Amino acid sequence: MKKKLVNQTDFSFLARSVNESFARYAVASFCTQLDPTLDELSDLRTAVSEAVTNAIIHGYRGQSHGTVYITVKLFSDRSIIIRIRDKGCGIPDIRRAMTPLFTTDPDGERGGMGFSIMESFTDDLTVRSFIGKGTTVIMEKRLSN
Amino acid sequence: MNVLTAIYNYSDGILTVKLNGEIDHHSVRDIRVEIDRQICFYRAREVLLDLEAVSFMDSSGLGLILGRYTRVKENGGTLKVQNPGAAAQRVLRLAGTDKIIPVVFNRDEHNS
Repeated sequence: MKKKLVNQTDFSFLARSVNESFARYAVASFCTQLDPTLDELSDLRTAVSEAVTNAIIHGYRGQSHGTVYITVKLFSDRSIIIRIRDKGCGIPDIRRAMTPLFTTDPDGERGGMGFSIMESFTDDLTVRSFIGKGTTVIMEKRLSN
Repeated sequence: MNVLTAIYNYSDGILTVKLNGEIDHHSVRDIRVEIDRQICFYRAREVLLDLEAVSFMDSSGLGLILGRYTRVKENGGTLKVQNPGAAAQRVLRLAGTDKIIPVVFNRDEHNS
């Protein structure tokens, strides 16, 4: 069965930390159309929060003039694809950045678990990054039937 | 939306910090300073971080917990996490934090 796009939203916001909760609520609210379980919704909120926080802290290094772009696609087979993109500094070594407990911000008490959480709370995680151009995180979550 | 507050209760040498709301990178910044100030004020040797009323927690919560744990331990004290919800427990387990920091379930006592 070929999956068909059921619905899509695209939105963007300034890279301000106050928008982290807005982003996870907006994505979760859109995804409720597929009637996910509370646990699935909680997973989505957490994964989105991690990706958006990374964009704000690491992508734009706390400079709030940047913009974070989010696309959410809902498919007929109950899969969801969430793309979170920044036009920030980029990640020099993605593999290293994705290592659990690796952090470039040891004083910020962030713990280096962001990518591990995104990976474990979704079914598929792809990270693309170019130095000076930005980072795109694509997460796929397949909802239970 | 996204307001994180803390209620402090100090009795019998135990400082209970009851967090209420959502823990993310934005909300955690001010509360972290406030918790440290209270730990310092009471010279608390035993700290209970109560997460029962926390409705959301991402890895910023891990940072908050580990940071306070390290601080309290450096002063010879102990820190425990109390009553985390299912989502918070998952994040704690994923990071292996639950192997280092004791998690207790005590829904009747220590609530202020």
